[in-house]
Amino acid sequence: MTDNSLRSSLSRARGLGSAKTGAEQWWLHRVAALALIPLTLWFVFSVFHLLGAPLAVVQDWIASPTVAAALVLLVAVGFHHAAHGLQTVLEDYVHHELTRLGTVLAVKFILYALAVASIVAVLKISFGG
Amino acid sequence: MVEFALPANSRIAVGKRVSHAKGAKRTKTFKIYRWNPEDGQTPRVDSYEIDLDKCGPMVLDALIHIKNDIDSTLTFRRSCREGICGSCAMNIDGTNTLACLKPIDDVAGDVKIYPLPHMKVVKDLVPDLNQIYAQYAAIKPWLQTQSAPPPDRERLQSPEERARLDGLYECILCFCCSTSCPSYWWNGDRYLGPAVLLQAYRWIADSRDEMAGERLDDLEDPFRLYRCHTIMNCTKTCPKGLNPAKAIAEIKKLMIARR
Repeated sequence: MTDNSLRSSLSRARGLGSAKTGAEQWWLHRVAALALIPLTLWFVFSVFHLLGAPLAVVQDWIASPTVAAALVLLVAVGFHHAAHGLQTVLEDYVHHELTRLGTVLAVKFILYALAVASIVAVLKISFGG
Repeated sequence: MVEFALPANSRIAVGKRVSHAKGAKRTKTFKIYRWNPEDGQTPRVDSYEIDLDKCGPMVLDALIHIKNDIDSTLTFRRSCREGICGSCAMNIDGTNTLACLKPIDDVAGDVKIYPLPHMKVVKDLVPDLNQIYAQYAAIKPWLQTQSAPPPDRERLQSPEERARLDGLYECILCFCCSTSCPSYWWNGDRYLGPAVLLQAYRWIADSRDEMAGERLDDLEDPFRLYRCHTIMNCTKTCPKGLNPAKAIAEIKKLMIARR
């Protein structure tokens, strides 16, 4: 909106109205954060435990169904949380409409591609590809 | 993008120094932001050294002393001088507060005074509050009902229901909180800010109001409400000791409760 617009202040403040959305996304972000506490602690502890272990031991560890399930969960929840968090940051700081749309889309494409790649890697080891 | 540096015509220069403390026992220097839209100059900070025994104890007393006795061009808003009108909200010693409630003695060293941050300046310490008043009007800050009022008396409220408005009704709309909020700085055109959200919750929490659902509908928006990232500057700076961050959290809880 240009500064010399003759629209009233109230018209500007009311804008295009409420999007009537946001609560779901906000709640999911918190739930994901909660889920990431035990998942991250478990992951860090496990990796620390596996430091210096031979490749076969690590592969066996990932191949275990419970470990594979937890790793897929960690990747899915972690990347979802990161994607939403970065979208919020970009919406905060990038004000040019097209630049914002472009960067948010790019971040989402990259993060979801990485998430799928990570999950495929876990499954490949788990199912012995 | 967000602007991290001031544009060239907003850079602040060093202004004049005025000493008005001849023979004074207790002196204090006030460094005050000055900008006049009519003189074509960039903003500057003027220094006034004053005799503390010639004015009252609050920063507003000093400003009034400077305007009355030293420099009548100094422009600022003030009315009640007792923390109830919200007119003299400004940034004093790095914190948004009311000049009338801020004791001069609380400030170590020189007293630096600027207008409320990140608002357009009308002149000197007077910020343009048109947009934020419009945002306040947009949340419909009045009792809204569907049922007809009782014919013989006002709408009743129990003492417990009335108590739920404590900590909300005391807000005087000085906007110290909203203008201290980085989210409001960056996205003030769409984010409503802590002051307006606290007011919105004041009506949602009112047992006599019958439009809580519609009020929540109007707030549920990634920008209007969810730009609040619980930075807490609002609560820290409120000169009335209120907690806008808590009011915003209550709105967010209600958004989940009604799902």
